[in-house]
Amino acid sequence: MSPRVAGPLLSILGLSVGLALLDASGLAFWQGLMINLAIFTILVVSLNLASGFTGVFSLGNIGFMALGAYISAILTLPLAVKSEYLPDLPSWLAGVHLDQVVGPLPVGWLAATLIAGLLVAFVALLVGAVLMRLSGHFVAVATLGFLVIVRVILFNADGFTRGSRTFSNVTPYTNLWWAWACAVLVIYAVWRLKRSQYGRAMFAQRRDRWAAQSVGISILRPRLLAFVIGAFFTAIAGSLYAHFITSFSPTVFYFDLTFRVITMLVVGGMGSVSGSVIGSVVVLALAEGLRRVEDVTLLYGLSGALLAAFFIAVIVFRPEGIMGQREISFDRLSTRLRSLRGGGGPEGPETEAP
Amino acid sequence: MGDYFIQQVVNAVSAGSLYALMAVGLALIFSILRLINFAHGDIMMVAAYLVTFALFAGMPLPAALVFMVVGAVVIGLLMERIAYRPIRGAAEVAMLLTSFAVGQILQNGTLLVSRLAGEPVQIAFPAPDIVNGVVAFGAITVPKVNIVSLVTGAVLLTLLTVFVTRTRLGLSMHAAAEDLPAARLMGIRVNRVVATAFAISSGLAAVAGFLYASQAGQINPYLGFTPVLKAFIAAVIGGFGSLSGAVVGAYALGILEVIPTALSGIADILPPGAVPPGVHDLLTQVFPSSLGSYRDAFVFVFLILMLLFRPNGIVGGGGREEVP
Repeated sequence: MSPRVAGPLLSILGLSVGLALLDASGLAFWQGLMINLAIFTILVVSLNLASGFTGVFSLGNIGFMALGAYISAILTLPLAVKSEYLPDLPSWLAGVHLDQVVGPLPVGWLAATLIAGLLVAFVALLVGAVLMRLSGHFVAVATLGFLVIVRVILFNADGFTRGSRTFSNVTPYTNLWWAWACAVLVIYAVWRLKRSQYGRAMFAQRRDRWAAQSVGISILRPRLLAFVIGAFFTAIAGSLYAHFITSFSPTVFYFDLTFRVITMLVVGGMGSVSGSVIGSVVVLALAEGLRRVEDVTLLYGLSGALLAAFFIAVIVFRPEGIMGQREISFDRLSTRLRSLRGGGGPEGPETEAP
Repeated sequence: MGDYFIQQVVNAVSAGSLYALMAVGLALIFSILRLINFAHGDIMMVAAYLVTFALFAGMPLPAALVFMVVGAVVIGLLMERIAYRPIRGAAEVAMLLTSFAVGQILQNGTLLVSRLAGEPVQIAFPAPDIVNGVVAFGAITVPKVNIVSLVTGAVLLTLLTVFVTRTRLGLSMHAAAEDLPAARLMGIRVNRVVATAFAISSGLAAVAGFLYASQAGQINPYLGFTPVLKAFIAAVIGGFGSLSGAVVGAYALGILEVIPTALSGIADILPPGAVPPGVHDLLTQVFPSSLGSYRDAFVFVFLILMLLFRPNGIVGGGGREEVP
C-alpha cells in the first residue's frame, strides 16, 4: 500500500484505538477535553476553508455555530419537555421531536443535525452572496456585523430560544465517537476539496485575482462555495456542541469563542488542513494548561492575556503559522522513516500548496 | 408629543457626540496606518477603570481626570510601540487581528488587576455630580451627562481641527495620511507622527470612556466592544479615514439609532383621538414595542449596506470594490 493511502488509514486506526482506550478508561475530564478538541477542530478546519483558502476573512462563523446549535436543539427536544419549555413555538414546530433512537443510532439527532446544517448553509448562501463581494478588513467587519445580528435575534426570539435565559434539557447525544467521526469526515472533505479544482480556484483568486480572472476563474463563486460549505460544517459543530454541553445561552457564541478559533487557525497556518488540526491541539492544550494555573493562583484573566500575547508573537515572528499552506505529507514521512532506518530512500519533494 | 420629539433629538445628539469622540480616533489611526484599531474600545474601558480607581482612592475629580487621560495615552503609546510597530505595513487582516489580540490583553489585564484589588467584575461607576442627575428645561428633563457629552465633544473636536490644520505636527499628520512613503521622503518623522496619532486617539477615547461609563452607570472589562463597533460604523458612514466624515457619520449614527426606539413607542405617545383608531392599530403593528431591542441589528444591517453600496461614505464618491 502506498504511504499516501496507508498514512491516513493508520492515523484513523491510531485515533480509534486511542478513543477506545479513553472510552474504556472512564476519565471523564479527558473524554470531555477530547470531545471539545473534536468540536474545535471542526470549527477551525471550516474557518480555514472559508477564510484561509480564499483569503476572505470571516469573523461571523460562530454565528453559524449558534444557529446550528439552537436549530438542532429545538428539533431534538422531546415532546413532553417541549410543550412545557417552549410553549410559544409555532404549531408546525411544536409537534416536531427528532428524538428517535434505533438501536445504537440516535437517528433523530443525526437528522436534526443534517437539517440544521442545510438550513444554516442556506442562510450562508444568502449572506455570502452579499458579503463575499467585499474584501480585506471590510469583509471582516461586515461578518462581525452578522455575528452581532445573530446574537440580537437569538436574544429577542424568546419563543424559539428562551432569549437570554439558559436553554437546557438538551439530550446528551454527543459522545467521543460521534464527535470524532464528524471531525474526521470534515477533515477528509476539506482535504479533498483543497486538492480539487474548486479548492485550486479558491487559492488562485486569493493569490492573484487578476491572473485568476484572466484564466477564467470567477472570484465570487469559489468564495461563496467555501463560505457555504464552511457554514454547513460549522453548524454541525454547533449541533455537536449543543448535545454535548446540554445547556447554553446566546452569550457563549460571541467574540471570545470567535477569537479562540481564529487563534487556532492562525497558529496552525491559514490554508493548511493539517495545520488547523495542529493549531487546535496546541492552543487548546495551552489554554487548558493556563486555565489550571489560573485556578490554582486565582489570577483570573491571566490565561486570556497570555494567549493573546502568544497570538501577537505568532503574527509578528511567524505570520504564516506552524504549517503555512503546507500539509503533512505521508510520502515524505515514510521516506524520512526509511532513511532513519538506514534504507536511504529518495528524498521526496515537499508537498507545496497548489 | 413635541417634548417626546425633543427628548429623542437630545438622545441622538448626545450619543452622536460620544460616537464622534471615538470615531475620530479610529479614523485618525486608520488614515495613517490602514489599521482598524479594535483595541480602541478597550482603551476607553481602561480609562473608565483608571478614573474609577482614582476616585476610589480619594483623588479630587480634576486630578482623577488628568490621571485617566495620561494613563490612557501611555497605554496607547505602549500598544503602538509593542504590538503595532512590528507589523506596520503587514496585511490588513493581520493588523486587524493583532488589534483584537491587544484588546484581549487589555480586557484580561483589567480583569486581573481589578480582581487583585478585590473588586467584583461589575463595578458601579462613581459618577461625579457634574454628570449625575438631570437638568429640567421647562417640561423636558435632560440627563446632565448628555449635555456634558455634547459640550465636551464640540470643544475637543474643535481643538483637534485647529491642531490638524494649524500646527506643524498636525500638518505632517495630514501629509502622512495622504501618502506615508512620500511624507517620509519629505523628512517627516513618521514614528513621531504615528505616536502622536495614537496619543490623541487614546486621549479622546479616555474622555469618551468617562462619559460612556457615566451614562451606563457601571463598568466591566468588556464594555468597550459595542462602542468600538459603533464608532467603526460611524467612521464607515462618514467615509473611513476622513476626520470630518467620522464626525458627520457619528451624528448620523446617533440619529439612526434613535429611530427604532422612537418609532417603537410612537403609537402610545400620540394623544388619544389624534389619529383614527385604525391608524393607531396599524402603527402598533408596524412598530411594535419590541422594535427597540432590535436596534443593534438594524444598525449593522445598515453598516453592511453602506459597505456594499457606498464604501467611501456619505461624503465620499461611489465606486465600491467590484467582484465581477
